[in-house]
This record gives sequence, C-alpha cells and structure tokens, in this order.
Amino acid sequence: MITGAFDYHRPRSVDDAIALLSQHGDEGRVIAGGHSLVPMMKLRLAAPSHLIDLAALDELKGIAVADQAIVIGAMTTQHEIIADQALAARCPILRETAALIADPQVRYCGTLGGNVANGDPGNDMPAVMQCLGASYRLRGPNGERSVAARDFYEAAYFTARADDEILTAVEIPTPAAGHGAAYEKQKRKVGDYATAAAAVMLTLAGGTCETASVALTNVGETPLFVEAAGQALAGSGLDDAAVTAAVEAARAAAEPVSDLRGPADYRRHLAGVMVRRAVERARRRAAA
Amino acid sequence: MTDVKEMTLEEREATLGGIGTARKRKEDARFIQGKGNYVDDIKLPDTVVGNFVRSPHAHARIKSINTEPATRIPGVIAVLTADDLRPLNLHWMPTLAGDAQAVLADEKVHFQNQEVAFVIGEDRYAVADGIEAVEVEYEDLPALVDPTKALLPDAPVLREDAQDKSEVGQGARRHPNHIFTWDCGDKDATDQAFAGAAVTVKEEIFYPRCHPCPLEPCGCVASMDKVRGELTLYGTFQAPHVIRTVVSLISGLAEHNIRVVSPDVGGGFGNKVGAYPGYVCATVGSIVLGRPVKWIESRIDNLSTTAFARDYLMTGELAADPDGRITALRCHVLADHGAFNSHAQPSKWPAGFFNIVTGSYDIPVAHCSVDGVFTNKAPGGVAYRCSFRVTEAAYLIERMIDVLAQKLDIDKAEIRRRNFVKASQFPYRSCLGWEYDSGDYETALDKALAAVDYEGLRREQAEKRARGELMGIGIATFTEIVGAGPTRNCDILGIGMFDSCEIRVHPTGSAIARLGTKSQGQGHETTYAQIIATEIGIPSDDITIEEGDTDTAPYGLGTYGSRSTPVAAAAAAQAARKIRAKAKKIAAHMLEVGEDDLEWEIDRFKVRGLPEKAASMKEIAMAAYQSLPEGLEQGLEAVNYYDPPNFTYPFGAYVCVVDVDPHTGEVKIRRFYALDDCGTRINPMVIDGQVHGGLAEAFGIAMGQELVFDEIGNIQGASLMDYFLPTAVETPHWETDFTVTPSPHHPIGAKGVGESPNVGGVPAFSNAVVDAFAHLGVTHMTMPHTHWRVWKQCEALGIGG
Amino acid sequence: MAKTAVSMTVNGRAVEALAEPRTLLIHFLRDQLGITGPHVGCETSHCGACTVDIDGKSVKSCTLFAVQAQGAEVLTVEGMAGADGTLSVIQEGFMQEHGLQCGYCTPGMITRAYRLLQETPNPSEEQIRWGLSGNLCRCTGYQNIVKAVRYAAEKLQAQKEAAE
Repeated sequence: MITGAFDYHRPRSVDDAIALLSQHGDEGRVIAGGHSLVPMMKLRLAAPSHLIDLAALDELKGIAVADQAIVIGAMTTQHEIIADQALAARCPILRETAALIADPQVRYCGTLGGNVANGDPGNDMPAVMQCLGASYRLRGPNGERSVAARDFYEAAYFTARADDEILTAVEIPTPAAGHGAAYEKQKRKVGDYATAAAAVMLTLAGGTCETASVALTNVGETPLFVEAAGQALAGSGLDDAAVTAAVEAARAAAEPVSDLRGPADYRRHLAGVMVRRAVERARRRAAA
Repeated sequence: MTDVKEMTLEEREATLGGIGTARKRKEDARFIQGKGNYVDDIKLPDTVVGNFVRSPHAHARIKSINTEPATRIPGVIAVLTADDLRPLNLHWMPTLAGDAQAVLADEKVHFQNQEVAFVIGEDRYAVADGIEAVEVEYEDLPALVDPTKALLPDAPVLREDAQDKSEVGQGARRHPNHIFTWDCGDKDATDQAFAGAAVTVKEEIFYPRCHPCPLEPCGCVASMDKVRGELTLYGTFQAPHVIRTVVSLISGLAEHNIRVVSPDVGGGFGNKVGAYPGYVCATVGSIVLGRPVKWIESRIDNLSTTAFARDYLMTGELAADPDGRITALRCHVLADHGAFNSHAQPSKWPAGFFNIVTGSYDIPVAHCSVDGVFTNKAPGGVAYRCSFRVTEAAYLIERMIDVLAQKLDIDKAEIRRRNFVKASQFPYRSCLGWEYDSGDYETALDKALAAVDYEGLRREQAEKRARGELMGIGIATFTEIVGAGPTRNCDILGIGMFDSCEIRVHPTGSAIARLGTKSQGQGHETTYAQIIATEIGIPSDDITIEEGDTDTAPYGLGTYGSRSTPVAAAAAAQAARKIRAKAKKIAAHMLEVGEDDLEWEIDRFKVRGLPEKAASMKEIAMAAYQSLPEGLEQGLEAVNYYDPPNFTYPFGAYVCVVDVDPHTGEVKIRRFYALDDCGTRINPMVIDGQVHGGLAEAFGIAMGQELVFDEIGNIQGASLMDYFLPTAVETPHWETDFTVTPSPHHPIGAKGVGESPNVGGVPAFSNAVVDAFAHLGVTHMTMPHTHWRVWKQCEALGIGG
Repeated sequence: MAKTAVSMTVNGRAVEALAEPRTLLIHFLRDQLGITGPHVGCETSHCGACTVDIDGKSVKSCTLFAVQAQGAEVLTVEGMAGADGTLSVIQEGFMQEHGLQCGYCTPGMITRAYRLLQETPNPSEEQIRWGLSGNLCRCTGYQNIVKAVRYAAEKLQAQKEAAE
C-alpha cells in the first residue's frame, strides 16, 4: 500500500495555496490531516501529482467563540475542538461529536475543515454543521464566499467547493443559551464510521419546543438535513407523537445503501432510533 | 559440600522460579524497548523487495501478462510469472493437505487477490509502481461462491488442473469441485438411535469464514548465498523445521543447505503455519538474483489470501430421552476450503479432530461426516487459535445441547450436568474414538455457577423478561483436544508430530535449552525455563531458551494447536530428567556414596540421612566438566524427542451474561467468567494472559469477524476498517478462575491453555445471545452477532422497535 | 521521483535523510533511520502499531508522509527509557502487569500511553480504554494493558508526591 509519486508543497499563505491549486488544476489536492486522503492514495483511488499541505497556514487555525458566532479555522483538529473549554461551554455537541470521530491518534491530525470539506458521507461533522446551521467560508482565486452547510453537499465526494477553492473556516451561529443538543452515533467499534447517526438541536420554552433541527450521518450519499423532522418537533411538547413524527421524517429522508454495517432497512430504522435518542438527550440537556 | 543452612527450603524454591510461579517474562525487556526483531526488521545488505500483482477477479482465465512496462519503472529489477517458474517446476507447490497450489497463477486465477506475478525492486516504492504497471488481460469466468452449489451438476468447474484426479489429497472425490468425504462413527447404530428416540433436535449451524489476523502480517527474507550454496530463509513461521523440509522438497536444495529462522513473531494464531507463494517467490528471486529478497504482505493481502479459518456449514442433530440424556449425535459438515486444498491439518485428519464433537458429554453413539469442496475463495482452513477443527466441533455441541435444553425446557446448566462424562469415568473412551485423559467437569461447572450466582442471574433474567427486556446467560462447558500428537496417528508430510528439546548445562551452572517449537507471544522463553528449573534445580533466570533457528534447534513440528506445552514442554521435562539422572551419577561420585543413597531436594542431591552432605546442581555442573566418575562422558547435556502417548484434554466452564438492545441490536457483554482447567499450571500470570487474549479473540469472532464475498467472489471488508478487531473499548472485562486436574500421561501433568478460551469462548457468547431470545422460541442465531443481525432477529419477533 | 533531504529530531537526536515526498514516516523511520520499534500492522491507520509522538501528539506514522514531519520533534518507543537505560514507568508497568505477549503492538501502545498520561495523569479504567482505543492488540485482551497503564499512573503520582 504505497501511494503514487507526487510533488509536495507547503505553502506559507492561503493565497499561495490557492495559487498552487489554480496552477495544478485536477492534478493538485490539498492535504490537511490526511487521514481520509492518504489511505485513498495508498489504494491509488486518489493519485494527485501535487500535494498541497495546509499545515503551515496558521491563519486557518484557531477557535473564536463570540456571542453571535463561533468561527473555527479549517485546520483546527478534532483534538483541539475537544480540548477547548469555551467551545464546549457554548456548543457542547462539537466536543461530543469530535470525540466519536475515529480514535485518539486520528483526532490529533484530523481537522474540522477536512472532515466537512471532503464530502465523505461517513464523516460526522457535516450533519452536525447542518443541524447547527453553520456555513463554510471558501476562498478561491476570485475571493471569499460563504456556503451554508445545508447547501454544500451534492453527492458523495461532490460538494459546492470549486476545485481551486479552499475551505478556510466554519462559522456557526452561536447556539442559544439553554439549548439542548446531542449527537447519537451507532458504530461497530471505535474508529468506524456510523452505521447511522443523528444530530439534534432544540430549544425549549415552558416545556414547549421552540426550535428544532435534525440532521443525519451516513444514511445517504450526503449528510441529510431533515427539515421535516425539525418541523415535527418545533412547537410540540416533544410528546411521543411529535417525536415519532420526527423519527418517521428521518426514516423517510434516509437513503442508506446496504453494506457491511447492515442492510439498508436496518440502517434506515437505525437512523430513526438515533433521532429518537438524540431528541431525548437534547431535551434533557435543554433548559426548560 | 554445600552449606545447606544458607537458605531455607522456601527461599531456595523461590530462587528457582520454577513451575507454578508467576515469573515475569524474560522476552519483555526487548519488546518494551522497541528491540524486538521481527521479520520486517531484518536488514541484510543489498536486500531487494518483492510483492505481488494480484487478480481483481475471483475466477478468470489469464489471456496475457505484459510485464514489460513494469521493467521500465526505475528501481524495478525483475518480474516473475508462472512462465518463469515453470522451468524450475515451481509454478505450483504441494500443499500440506496433499493438493497442489499455484505459486503464481498458471492460466487461471481461482480467487480474488490470487498471486499473478511477483515484482522485485530496490525498495517497496519501486515495487508498488511496478505492480501498478504490469498489464494482465483476463477473461472472466463464472465464480462459485456458495459452497452449497459446488457439487451441483452444472456448477462451474474450478480446478481444471485437478479435474481428472481421483484424489487431491484426502480421499475419493465425486465431483470436480469435491475434495473429500470424511466419515467417523457408527452410522447404522446412530440412525437407529435417532429412529427410536423420545426427542430429537436439529439445527443448521454456520461457523463463518474468519481470519486469525495476527497484528504482524506474514513475510519473509530469503537470502541465497551463491558462493556457499546455502539458503537462509527468515520468516513468520510457526513451524520453521517443517518449512525447511517443505522448501527442500519443492526447491530441490539439500536440506542441510537450508537454514530457516523464525525471528520474533508478532502473533500467529494459525495464520503462520502454512507455506505461502510469497516464501517461494522470495526464495526463487534470491536464487536468481543472488541478493536477499524480502516479501511482506499488506493487511489486505493477509486477510484476503493467507490462511483463513473455519467456514464450516454444519448440520447438527441430537437424540435424547425425555430427561434430556443424549442418546445419539449426528452431524454433517460442508467444508469450504476455497480454491486449493491447503488447509493445515495432520495428514490423516481431513477434518482435523472434528470428531471431538461429542464434547464433555457421555454420548453412547454418534456419526459425523464432512465434505470438503472447492470455491472461488482464498485457500486455507487453519486452526485459528484452536486445535484442528476443534473450535467448530465445540461450537456445534455446545450450541446443540442448548437447543436440546430449550426443546425439553430443562435448565442449560442442568442438562450439561446430566450428560457430563463423570470424573470416575476417566480415562474415558468417546464413541468417536478418543481417549480423554482426565477431567472433572461437574466440579468445574459447580464452581463457575457459584462464582456468578447462576440462580440469581436466572431470577434476574426472569424479572427482566417479565418487563420485556432481553438478557441472556450463556454457558459453555467445553473439552478441547490438543497436543498433536501421538506420531501413530498425527503427521505432517509423513513426519510424526513429536517435539523436541535439547538442554546444555554450562560449567558454571547456567544452561541453554533449544526446542522445536516457536513462540509467537506465548512466552516460551519464560515458561520452558520454569519447567527446566524445577526439574534440574537451576534458576529459571539462568536458563536461556532458544527456538526458531533450524541450524541450532532440534527438529520439531512447531507451535500451533496448543501443542507446545503438551509436547515440547514434555520434551523439556524429559530432557531435564536425563540431565538429572546423569547429575545423580556425578553427585554420587562427588559425595562418595551410591546413587541409591541420594535424594533430590529442589536444587541438589542430598545424602539420605546426612542433610549436611549434599551436592548442588551448580557444583555438579562444574564437576561434569572436571572430575567425572569413570565411564561417564564429559558435559551435562541431553536431548529428548517426545512422542506423546496421547493428546491432552483441557476443559473449562464459561459463563457469559449479556443484555440486548432490541432497538439497535447491540449486545452488551455484562459479565464474562472463565474457569479453565489446563492441568498443572506452569505460570499463572502467563495463563491468565493467554485466557484474556483467547477470550478477546473469541469475542471478536462471535460478535463481528466474518470474511464476506459478494456474488461474483469479491471479498468484502478485508481491511481493519471492516474486519472486526475489537479495541479496548468494546472488549469486556474478563474474570478468570481455575481448577487443576493434571494430565496423567504428561511428565508434569500440564495440558496447554492458549486455545481453550477461544474454543470455549465463542459458544459462550453465542449461547448468551441466543439465550436472550430463548423465551421467544429462538433456538439458534447465526454468527457473528453483529448489530444488524441481532436486530433482524428482533424485527422478526416484532420487538425491533 | 526526486528525493529531498528531510530532517527532524528523533528521540533527541537530529537526523537527516533523503526521502521521496511520498515516503511514509513509518518507512522513513524504519527503513532509513533503522528505528524499528514502531511497526506496520494495517496500513490504513486503524491498528496503531506505528504510533509515534510528534510535537506532543500521538500520531500514526503510516498515515503521515515524512516530509510532513520536517523539523518535528519525534519520540518513539526507543526514546522512552532514560539516557542511562532506566526503563520508564510505563515500560516497567507493561512488564510487571504482563501487558504484552507477542510484543508487536507494544511500542505503539507504550508511546500512546505516554501521551495519554501526559494529558491525563490519573486516568480511570474507562479513560485508559478510550485513550488506547486507537491501538489494537490481538494477544492480551487489553485487561493487563489497562493494568500496566494504571501501574504507571500510580507510580508517577507517587513520584510526584514524593517530589513535592
């Protein structure tokens, strides 16, 4: 398991990185943590001639937590997300999710940007970002733009990012104080992708669910934001009927394939179970 | 001579570090400092690397191979194909089971990832590029994946090379895809017993294809010294001497010109018993190039090509009286051997020791038959941490007795008790021909049940069932048969399965012992020394144990099937006793008494009645090189080749408690208690470690390991992304316990333990999972008990949420 | 492909060797520097046998190119013992608690345990199991590995208290 040959670049600025990407077109790939890309290269399913390492780009690192928004640089690792107290205080679902990604070693390398940009439907953060209403900052030769996570994913490994763009940061509207959120992930073992997983965020007021959003991981070609599930919960008392309606919406939205994690009908069913459990935990965590 | 007051008896005993002590491991020092020496660590000057072009198809005709583009890659030195090996007659190699296996695919490929060409280059990077550049044109053929269809009249013929052979090693064939039928027991009497039985049960039980998957994959370095005409082959060999003989037989090199070395081996579990095309190609490469050639397989290669295990589709039947006393057992096995009959069993045992299938139970009559068939899958069929096919047999009987218990509504512990071979019946002759050496099954079960509060667990289970919750209690009271074996019925390539030990005591009273086995993590360097220490009174810390180098170690058959303790450890004890016998003569001479006046005490011979007159082993060792009685040769050395009079029969009683989440199919192992009886316990610390490891592997097998193929023979999930090796998080906590029933025929009474936890563990897990559903009428669930499979069961019962 | 000089500090020693950009760190360490403690077990970043410590992080060196570690501070199992050869408490723990059998996973386990204890000096059993969940072992069933890490943690605590 040896990759094809390539030239290695370690640009010192994002602009340099973009210039390299533009220059090399299809032949160039950026590498962040590398734990998705390098195995693909070893299997020779990916064979870039130019590898552009973003590791030296300090401008892509760091977590800024403010009242309006949380901005996380694309090169921030899962390990750093887990360790950040301020982030955990305002948006605990990110720590919870990051801790369920791969294993400790991979989390030291794996980045948020890589996780959301790569388009692998097995990645966990995309659904969470959809659930949180996050947007991605993309920078290319023509400047910067922002794309909502809910609009970003087109098909497996196909996203709204253009080949010469780099995802520089993730911007998350800071969740309301007192919100409740949970990420439920079933997997075969540590290190595995989800058989099915669900992210839920909600707010309560006087026992009534005011807002709710639901998204699913790895039960379709892309992460799935299930608007109908959120709608089923919002305005309800999170009674059994409302939760069941959300679960049904999630199951209807899920389009899993059969794989070694289980046949499609099981994974669809499981998506519903994950939603039910995530709603339950999010409710317990939310301030009434 | 010695001042006997210097130490108390207890202190002297403790100094010895002999049998029964939890001695820390001697091999650890190098491993914890990164100084192990595994095969890929070997760096001979001028070494080149080789690796395979592999078939993407499961069944195809090779139309052409163009190696030329590869040879243009910088760093690529040579590319070998079957055509290059044909003049040497090495394009096929004999298998241990009497068939032949293609070294490099000759005209046809028979399984996905089969070896097609061997690219040799300066380093692994050049080789990888070379592999990419070789052009192979295939003509796809229909693949045979389902073994139940192998013998249909219109099944595709896989082995055209063997089409006209009446035998491919192990008996008559009745179809081009048929390998053998093996039959055991009294069919008529069994059928009669079934016809007249009060109650019968029948179940189809599949033990899926899985893989030993040691953390270190297979590999070798072949180094041909053209000047001396000597080949040195370093490799991941569980049986280095057998490899030397095989290499000699197939290469034509004289055996004395071949040195096989097993360096440190990173786990084997059966995967490293066989001889693989990589060994042959590296050897040929080295002979051709005159440079060392290294071949190291990748994990994907490992899981998809070298030595899988199991793949037994078993039909089990029990007949019983109304009280649950088993009156007969009948079973049939369809054994999927893949593309070549290259499973590793003693020659005369095409289904290994599967006829241990009557287990711990006194069953008056039984019959079993096994049909081996070819399919378009990798060849193999090794004993994955078990003695040959014993794990399949134990699984069958331990599952079937539960099925019977459920049919008769008898408690699953009680039905075992009713059927046990009683302690008073040993040595016990089973109806399928084995003579069990010793055992006390009832005591073991009683101790296990008390330890887990079995009645309390059953009460809790009843309460949970009343609430609609799923809790399962699994019991396995298994018997193993290990220690192949008596040479009268066990051989490999005609060589009886004895083992050996040579001990040399140095003048200053330390020693070296060499054995024909090879540790792959079992701790031989530690435990063999303990046996010798106890036998000859030299501290184990002063005894070096060496294995794995055929130039120095006496011939042995290697380490697998839990045979090291039953066979090689016996050889060690016997060789040590020869040394003690000679030492006695020397001591008598030193102390100027007759041998009859001497008695042995821990580390010395004492003159009976004169406790102050003694000669310590240390003193005797020096005397052996200085002042000998007349007629004795110098030195203090001995060698023993041990042919065991019988197998040993370790046993155990395991209890597993699980909770099942019907909504997700997740099975939570709440508790696992394992009582093992391996006879005399050489090192309790090592035994516990072996049991922990075997249970973890059993957990992996029962809960997730499976090599799956799609309908055209593509192997699915052959990497550690999918192949279930549990991490520390999934792996349960283990409780271990023991009873001690020594083997009456083994010199120190030991039986071997490394494989019991795998053999007994798997049915314990399965029985627990099925037991969780027993009240709902479920009698069997197919392994592995993955989330989705368990949920499917829940869904079928309408409880899947 | 042209080779470039890659330099880094390994176990306190400055090293430099030629490597292709695609040379994996594990091969750079093993084949070029002769540091054979870290092993290759799976090649897909699942087994952790290749774990080394890079700039204070546990990293699977089979999934990192050597050039990516240019200038880094790398620690392998070979660098765990003291300069005088004294075993680290983690190494000692693995030996005392029988935390290894075939030894193949051990260098990765010890290197990972080192970083775990740096970050979580007094881990619970659960924290140890999660902390080592990127390292597979086929021999021990993990139980004694957990004990080995607890042994080291306790000894480190005792050493710290004695120093205070």
